[in-house]
Parts: sequence; C-alpha cells; structure tokens
Amino acid sequence: MSTAPRLTALDALHRSLGATMTDFAGWDMPLRYGSERDEHIAVRTKAGLFDLSHMGEITVTGPAAVELLDHALVGNISTVGVGRARYTMICQEDGGILDDLIVYRLGETEYMVVANASNAQIVLDALVARSGGFDAEVRDDRDAYALIAIQGPESPGILKSLTDADLDGLKYYAGLPGTVAGVPALIARTGYTGEDGFELFLKPEHAEGVWKALTEAGTPVGLIPCGLSCRDTLRLEAGMPLYGHELTTALTPFDAGLGRVVKFEKTTNEGRFVGREALEKAAERAETAPPRKLVGLVAEGRRVPRAGFSVVKDGVVIGEVTSGAPSPTLGKPIAIAYVDAAHAAPGTQGVGVDIRGTHEPYEVVALPFYKRQK
Amino acid sequence: MSNPQQLRYTKEHEWLSDAVDGVATIGITEFAANALGDVVYAQLPAVGDTVTAGETCGELESTKSVSDLYSPVTGEVVEANQDVVDDPSLVNTAPFEGGWLFKVRVAGEPDDLLTVDEYTAFSAGN
Repeated sequence: MSTAPRLTALDALHRSLGATMTDFAGWDMPLRYGSERDEHIAVRTKAGLFDLSHMGEITVTGPAAVELLDHALVGNISTVGVGRARYTMICQEDGGILDDLIVYRLGETEYMVVANASNAQIVLDALVARSGGFDAEVRDDRDAYALIAIQGPESPGILKSLTDADLDGLKYYAGLPGTVAGVPALIARTGYTGEDGFELFLKPEHAEGVWKALTEAGTPVGLIPCGLSCRDTLRLEAGMPLYGHELTTALTPFDAGLGRVVKFEKTTNEGRFVGREALEKAAERAETAPPRKLVGLVAEGRRVPRAGFSVVKDGVVIGEVTSGAPSPTLGKPIAIAYVDAAHAAPGTQGVGVDIRGTHEPYEVVALPFYKRQK
Repeated sequence: MSNPQQLRYTKEHEWLSDAVDGVATIGITEFAANALGDVVYAQLPAVGDTVTAGETCGELESTKSVSDLYSPVTGEVVEANQDVVDDPSLVNTAPFEGGWLFKVRVAGEPDDLLTVDEYTAFSAGN
C-alpha cells in the first residue's frame, strides 16, 4: 500500500544508538538496540525506555463526545472520570474486534483514543462513520504526538526527578497533564509490559530532549533503551493480547476471554451501541458452549512455538498458537493459544505443539505467565 | 564487525575453518548472529551424522524466529559443541570462537565457498 516507511521524531537518535530497525505497521521502528533478552530483563528489574510513536492518537471532543464513544465502543465510557483511562475495544456490528484501545479522558468533554498503529486508520474511519448525529468532533492527532514509555520498577523514581507532577497520586490507568524535563506532556500510568510505568504523550519536537533527559536520569539505576522485540515478550509473559494475534475481526471480546470489557448496562444512548446484538449472543455462547478458550502453554523442552502452529493431543489438532516466544523470566518457551474448551483446563495432560512435524510436550496453564509483586 | 581472514564463508552466512587432519570447524558469522538476535536454542547435528553441503542439518532458534542451519561441506560429523547446546548465547557473544557449532570430517566441499573479502562484500549488500 504505502511506499517509504514512516519515521518517528526519534529516528536519528535510534540510529545513533545502533538500533536494529524493523518495519512495523508501515513505521520504521527499533526492534532492539542490543540483546533483546537484556532489554526484557531491564524492564522486569530496573527500567526500559521505549519509542511508541507509531501508536495512533485520535481526539474526540464536544458536548456529546462521551455519547459518541459509548455508541462506538463496547465499554461504558461515561464512568471514566477526568484524568482516568480505560482499556476497551471497538467492534464491528457482528461483534468482531476491530481493535483494542485505551481511552484517556483529558477533560470534561475531551477524550483521547489510542489505537494500535496497524489499525489506526480503521479506528479513525469507524469513529468518523459512527459520529453521525452526535454533537462531537473526531480529530486525527496521529502526527500531533510522539509517545515515549518508561517501564519497570525504577521508572517512578526516574520520572519523579524530571517532573513536578504528583506521581504518587497518579494511579494505574490514570493520566494527567504536566511537564517532563521542562516541556508539556500528558503523563499516563499505563503500559504493555506487566510492570509499573508511564507513557508520555509529547509534541514530536520535544521527544528527543525528553528521551535524553530520561536516559541521563535513568542510566545510573539501570535504564536502557528497549525495542519492540522485548515489548512483545514482556506483554506475552503478562498475558496481554496483541491485535492480529489473540484479537481479530473473526473473534468477539468474549471469544478472547475479555468479555469483561463489554458493558451492556451503559449510561447513555439507552444502552445501544455498535455490535450489541451480536455481542449478547456471543456472551451467551461463551457462557454455555464456548468453542475455544485462550490458554497459556509452557514448554517442557526448548523448541519455541510460533503463531499459527497447531496445538495437538493424541495426534489430533485441538487448537492453534497465536503468540509464542522464549520467556526470559521463566527460562522456557511459552505460548498463548486458542484451544478447544474440552482441553483448555490448566493441567490438561498430553497436550503438545506441532513444531515442524514434531509434537513437543506442553503444559496448559492459566494466564498470565508472570504477575509483578506489588 | 570484521570477519576473520583465515576462514571461508557461504551465502547462508556460515563459516568454515581450514581442515586440520581432515576435520573442519563450522559456525555462523557475526552478521548472521546479529540478524538472528538472541539465540535461545540450538539443534545441532549428532556425532556420526552425515551432512551434505548446502543441505539443512539443524536449526537455530532466536526470540523472533527460527533459522535452518546448513552445512557448508559434505562429510561426517565428529563433534557438536555441547557448550552451545547448554548456553546458546555463545553464538551471539563469540560466533567465531566459543560459539562454533560442529566439526566435520570433510569428504567434499562445493566450489562456491567465499573468501573473506567476497563474504564481507556479500553480507554488506544484504
């Protein structure tokens, strides 16, 4: 479709750091700077710095902004207070997932929707298409922001040294405007790693200065730059879904084990929203006769399962791997897979993954693989 | 990075030492190790296996992908590097030294092995 990959405001900096770059959803992004395993471990034990400027920001404003979001998304956005955030999804009329999102309420009638890079245009188009009749404006702000994430147990201390914002008062899934290293930023306590951390939405021209300030403040306590490769293994250990893997238009939130994000009791629009009828049926199916369930798999051997590999039992295919990688924390390969409900209970015996023709034994476990100690 | 002068190379990014008493040592290049990322699992040919030049004889698995391992020469495997099986990160940290993969009693070699200069130019063009 597109030709040259898009570059973030930090592109020159990544190259000066010797990053291995990769094409991701049309963007040239850092895959890793050195060892992806070291980067993963830094986030789990110290801190890591990520450029996530490929994420897609869409601003929704106006008197009926919340009614529009309640109509277009599956969550009850009316219950999100100013300065708070909500993990939610946008679905098709048939209940299929178009994307998973975080919605930040920036003001009384101002919301920022953050979509996956690969789906940003789809989400923007859907929000515009669904905005008819609502007194609200949908604005494409993808180019208005750079996004830097600092993740890991040392990140509050590092960020505190660079901001006057009240980080202690900033709860998980909250966001407030403040200054970081002297420039304005939306500071959000969100992330995709399973660790404490922050995501900083900035003007692109401020990104390099903030990155350098965070690097300078964080290096003494072990902060290192981190690429998308370790972001994937971090979210996988934390059992967080990735669009295109665990989430697709062929699945509803209930199929993905995330039915809790769907709120049928909505405050606005008399409870009507896009996909409601189909999702009610999907909820019932998930309750009474789920076709497949999302499970964790932990290898007994060392060969790594990859997306698309078959899950097998007694020589019969019972499911499919959606994500798999060697887990630095567990020291073993792990995977997320959709498995026939009859074989999805943790501890189910005799389950394997077909790795290039060999059925390697795997243990069925509940997700997540890793949960941080609070 | 620099590729050692005394080795010969393949377009599959393997290196081959000169044979000593008919036995050559084989590994992957630093270029290949960097492209793979952290190697987490190495399946090497077993001692006694016959390997054939240009054909797969094992696999190297990294965080992001799995790559077939090709033998640059034909012959019998006389040793596999157990240190790499135990600690595959040796392939990343010392690809030309402690991260060697296996040794072959050479029965035949193809005529398209690359010199260091040819390989350096080839990998730079990738």
